[in-house]
Amino acid sequence: MSNVAHCDLLVIGAGPAGLAAATQAANLGVDTVLLDEQPAPGGQIYRAVTSTPVQDRSILGPDYWHGHGLLKPFEQSGARYLPRSTVWALNRTEPDRFEVAFSIDGQAQLIQPRHVLLATGAQERPFPIPGWTLPGVITAGAAQILLKASGVVPTGRTVLAGSGPLLYLIAWQYLNAGVPIEAILETTPRGRWRKALPHVWGFLRSPYLAKGMKLLRAVQAGVPIIRGVSELEALGARQVEQVRFTAAGKEQVLPVDQLLLHQGVVPNVNLARALGVEHLWRDRQACWEPRVDAWGATSIAHVGIAGDGAGIAGAMAAEHRGRLAALHAAWALGKIDQARRDREAGSPRTALARAVRGREFFETLYRPPVQISRPVGATIVCRCEEVTAAQVRETARMGCPGPNQMKAFLRCGMGPCQGRLCGLTVAELIAEEAGRPPQDVGYYRLRFPTKPLPLGELATLPQTQDSMDAVVRFKKS
Amino acid sequence: MFRRLDVAARAVVDAPVRITVEGRSVTCRAGDSVAAALFAAGVIACRDTAVSGVPRGPYCMMGVCYDCLVNIDGMANQQACMTPVRVGMAVRRQIGAREVKL
Repeated sequence: MSNVAHCDLLVIGAGPAGLAAATQAANLGVDTVLLDEQPAPGGQIYRAVTSTPVQDRSILGPDYWHGHGLLKPFEQSGARYLPRSTVWALNRTEPDRFEVAFSIDGQAQLIQPRHVLLATGAQERPFPIPGWTLPGVITAGAAQILLKASGVVPTGRTVLAGSGPLLYLIAWQYLNAGVPIEAILETTPRGRWRKALPHVWGFLRSPYLAKGMKLLRAVQAGVPIIRGVSELEALGARQVEQVRFTAAGKEQVLPVDQLLLHQGVVPNVNLARALGVEHLWRDRQACWEPRVDAWGATSIAHVGIAGDGAGIAGAMAAEHRGRLAALHAAWALGKIDQARRDREAGSPRTALARAVRGREFFETLYRPPVQISRPVGATIVCRCEEVTAAQVRETARMGCPGPNQMKAFLRCGMGPCQGRLCGLTVAELIAEEAGRPPQDVGYYRLRFPTKPLPLGELATLPQTQDSMDAVVRFKKS
Repeated sequence: MFRRLDVAARAVVDAPVRITVEGRSVTCRAGDSVAAALFAAGVIACRDTAVSGVPRGPYCMMGVCYDCLVNIDGMANQQACMTPVRVGMAVRRQIGAREVKL
């Protein structure tokens, strides 16, 4: 690669939003580069769609294989694709020029785009219960990645716990693959259906209703489902051995070999926040979301966000949001006029409206129960620094006003995951103790590098004469 | 405990990638991440934490939780879930924090 590469549009993330956006933009004559951390395109939802050993399509299901359809148009679009690229810094150098630093196999490099589209998707919501750090406790998403990317499945006694569509999807895929499941522990609080009912009209018109009900019925027929589960705990000495919970007023213990947790997904905010994009607290989903307009444009000029990273709406919506953001980028870069942008936006906009029907229903139904979003006692909140809920709560009661100050007291959020697995919980706990809304409490001030980086890797960056002079200046000759 | 589906197990036989885990020879499928290979080999804990020294294993499999850190070919703090297996790779348990060699 040349010293510093240039492009018009840099798309970060090769999931449905990033693939659709890069394809659309390149087709409009925009010089487009797509960077992605994984070895092959697809993001997490279509992970390993080009290489999965699970070729029997009835196992992963048609929604997974839909991702395959995004690849050919992408390859034909002329967009450049750089896999295994971890972006760790993004700076604006001029009003319409950015400098983006990333690494491939430990080699750091720079690219200078004029417009940036973040399509970094979602991550699973933290699931802080006692014992969630024990080996053998993994997320349902992790289990799905093992299945898709490697054809690796659990054996022995497997229990799934939590709520949300992904929990039932992985259960369905396991049934298809002949993997037995001991039980699904459903944590959706009783009474949630009543709360979600006002949104039922949208849900009934959702294009996924029939498919979703079919999947649900198959899972219900094949797996014992225990409803109204609370006081969930993973127990074990050096790995998970049992799961303890309360259901129907009775405490129960199940022996397990692995426990798979899931409580929905939340936007991956690290890059956007480090760049300074404005974020809002979404109470119905209990998470942060960047403030974006109908084109995915953020509070920073020439920075857009598409897909679940701009607010959870699912894979189909992500595609359409990617196309809209690409049209907007092409217009912002002067490649198409406004009339064409608006005209071509018609069809993705209609498709998007259809894809998001019924979201309010799901969001209300599957909002995490307070026991999980606001843990107590010795439950670990920050996995990296091993900080407990009691410590965070006590420090908040002492007057610690927000997550950034909490770092100074407890080091929470300062480990290698950079707050990804504790940020939401810490904000919620401070909010509760201080009697303030999470929006006021705020989030960690994130900084680059957004992924930990050895100094030696940083030193492999291509140097300019200016950067060398800046150092040499201090040397006594 | 985890296992490979038959299709994946066949891929291991057809084109094995041999690595070592704590000196023990482990055969993997080309394209597996180190974390997936560890799960398939029955290793669910891959490190001891830097704070209290308790065992941890991969949790998210998508590069966000940093709980799958291992030592690969002498380099500590490598994300097992983000690193593909390579012939001859030596994987060791990450014990505590990375040591700085002076």
